[in-house]
Amino acid sequence: MSGTFVGMPAFPAFPVAAHEAVNDQTLRGNLRHATHTIRAKRAKAVAELSDWAALREAGKQIKDHTLRHLDRYLLQLEESVTAAGGIVHWAADADEANLIVTQLVKETGESEVVKVKSMATQEIGLNEALEAAGIRAYETDLAELIVQLGKDRPSHILVPAIHRNRGEIREIFAREMSEWGRPAPDGLTDTPAELAEAARLHLREKFLRAKVGVSGANFMVADTGTLVVVESEGNGRMCLTLPETLISVVGIEKIVPTWQDLEVFLQTLPRSSTAERMNPYTSTWTGTTDGDGPRAFHLVLLDNGRTDTLADEVGRQALRCIRCSACLNVCPVYERAGGHAYGSVYPGPIGAILSPQLRGTASEIDASLPYASSLCGACYEVCPVAIDIPEVLVHLRERVVEGGPVTREGNKVVLQPAKGHAAERAAMRAARWTFTHPGALRTGQRLASRTRRFHPRTLPGPGKAWSGTRDLPTVPAEPFRDWWQRTHGGKDGAK
Amino acid sequence: MRVALFLTCVNDTLYPDTGRAVVKLLTRLGVEVDFPMAQTCCGQAHYNTGYRHEAEPLARHFSDVFGEYEAIVTPSGSCGAMVRELYPRMGERARAEGRGDTLAATLAPVVPKTYELTEFLVDVLGVTDVGAYYPHKVTYHPTCHGLRSLGLGDRPLKLLQAVKGLELVELPGADECCGFGGTFAVKNADVSAAMGTDKVRNAESTGAEVLCAADNSCLMHIGGTMTRLHTEMRPVHIAEILAATEASAEVSTEEEPSA
Repeated sequence: MSGTFVGMPAFPAFPVAAHEAVNDQTLRGNLRHATHTIRAKRAKAVAELSDWAALREAGKQIKDHTLRHLDRYLLQLEESVTAAGGIVHWAADADEANLIVTQLVKETGESEVVKVKSMATQEIGLNEALEAAGIRAYETDLAELIVQLGKDRPSHILVPAIHRNRGEIREIFAREMSEWGRPAPDGLTDTPAELAEAARLHLREKFLRAKVGVSGANFMVADTGTLVVVESEGNGRMCLTLPETLISVVGIEKIVPTWQDLEVFLQTLPRSSTAERMNPYTSTWTGTTDGDGPRAFHLVLLDNGRTDTLADEVGRQALRCIRCSACLNVCPVYERAGGHAYGSVYPGPIGAILSPQLRGTASEIDASLPYASSLCGACYEVCPVAIDIPEVLVHLRERVVEGGPVTREGNKVVLQPAKGHAAERAAMRAARWTFTHPGALRTGQRLASRTRRFHPRTLPGPGKAWSGTRDLPTVPAEPFRDWWQRTHGGKDGAK
Repeated sequence: MRVALFLTCVNDTLYPDTGRAVVKLLTRLGVEVDFPMAQTCCGQAHYNTGYRHEAEPLARHFSDVFGEYEAIVTPSGSCGAMVRELYPRMGERARAEGRGDTLAATLAPVVPKTYELTEFLVDVLGVTDVGAYYPHKVTYHPTCHGLRSLGLGDRPLKLLQAVKGLELVELPGADECCGFGGTFAVKNADVSAAMGTDKVRNAESTGAEVLCAADNSCLMHIGGTMTRLHTEMRPVHIAEILAATEASAEVSTEEEPSA
């Protein structure tokens, strides 16, 4: 899987990247405002449904069942798509997927494509791969457009430009639109209506000109071969219907068995992501239809670490994810560190469990992501498919510090414990020994109490991580157990 | 009822006042409390940092020490959640690793009879008015594992509302994590500190004198942040409020020897 995440530079470990974000007051303000607004709206939209808990459980079970029988449903999907006039391609990793898409675009003779917002194509770095082959990809989702024009990276699954405020967006439009096509209107202000109109005018000429559309999909229905895109803006509908050729790159975990299963997700996804009862546009297409929509349809089924993830009993629940981003919006760590700190197109709590599984835990960033959480559990509480993110985070921490068996590129391998945890490991072992020897614990506690007048209020070296911002607690004159023994006679001596 | 106090290693070492308060409170309510001297640590820090295999002997030790009691009461939401939620999971994982049912069977007896203090008061003893007197303005922070893993709900608030003299004020953003998170506090110190600062600012905005919670590890982080930010507020464990009476406006720290 050498080709995973094309075009992605080596990212620093999470705490290093978060350090900058935490101290960026503009970013903190933008994120606080945006996440708190959507957080409250989601809670309201979910509270409206009396059967939310049942929908959540149903979503979980549909996804678990599909993943359990993924081999069968994938073959059924291939058959259905082919029967409906589509062509199915299989991509083991990012390189293969990029190669297939590049080749398909080249075969049309075109040198530009319009894109529907898609996490899978972000994941594989498709735009960069197309650019290298002389093909320009135009993002048409408003937030993706802001990111593309700003030569920026997405920082949120649903709202990739969440880190930008209106003033910054106006700047980007005024400065960059002319480089990519129709310039921004003169005297553009930062009112949302004017910014949206500028984007609409800029994009309209691209929709009308485009011969090739590239998309992902929210769902693929195995028994009919239907793909589903759920969106708010309508740009997706344009890209899915106007071009002559449509290429969809979709992760293999996006399958549902039947249309009936959509009933659940079309209720839970909009309420969880945009806090809407129903999203404005739901586009579905099945292969090709004469005289209606694209004449050629290609489906690229992307693995890129998903089968390896599926092999892990605890970690596989991450594949239930429907990319709603409710976990990002509610996460106190995401709110303060921002999406870029996660070094992946999948930020926030879901990114912290998805990236180290799809990419492995070898890099600095991927080995640090499982620790990018206080395990507060807010993410699990809001997840519409009940992914126990804290459980997977702890499981991945174990993988980092203990190593152990994993599946990489379809092969069972045994990972060595990660470097840089030797001191921690020794401390944990020493603590375990002390805690299984109550007498030793007592000696340590007494020593701490008797030397307490000499304890500093701040710590040197690594201890600064605590005492840089927080005072240390004062050690009491005696531990509780000594008081108990003095006053209650210590009926039960230390074993 | 023979009840064991599982104080937790943090409280035993750093917050003995909380332990004395639990003993005083439960004794006042007619409960016979024992403190098994062999108790140490539930293994939460090990487990949550990724050292599940190092946590297993600690869980077995916990089961040895507390297995015979009718109920185990702990003044910590997160240590209570460790036993109730994560001990069964440790058993399942051991089974999945082909090590049989031994660990699950060893840990099973302690799981259903471990209670966080406020749960024990409200659900087992069936009291909300514990006869406490605490003439202060207090705001309550629900700690994450108590809130989400144990589902303590409004039990702590009901208990606080029944305290004479206590004025309870709502904490804005109450259910947001304070940023402690065990080793998270040092591994991601910047984010942890930012979360702690926001929590303290929200608490200050209530005008309360006291920020109360049911977990001293979170209060250690919040309190350490408070003194660093020079706020006037104090962190106080809920047990110390519930133990206080008119006779002793504050929980007694009598018999503490001079160091």
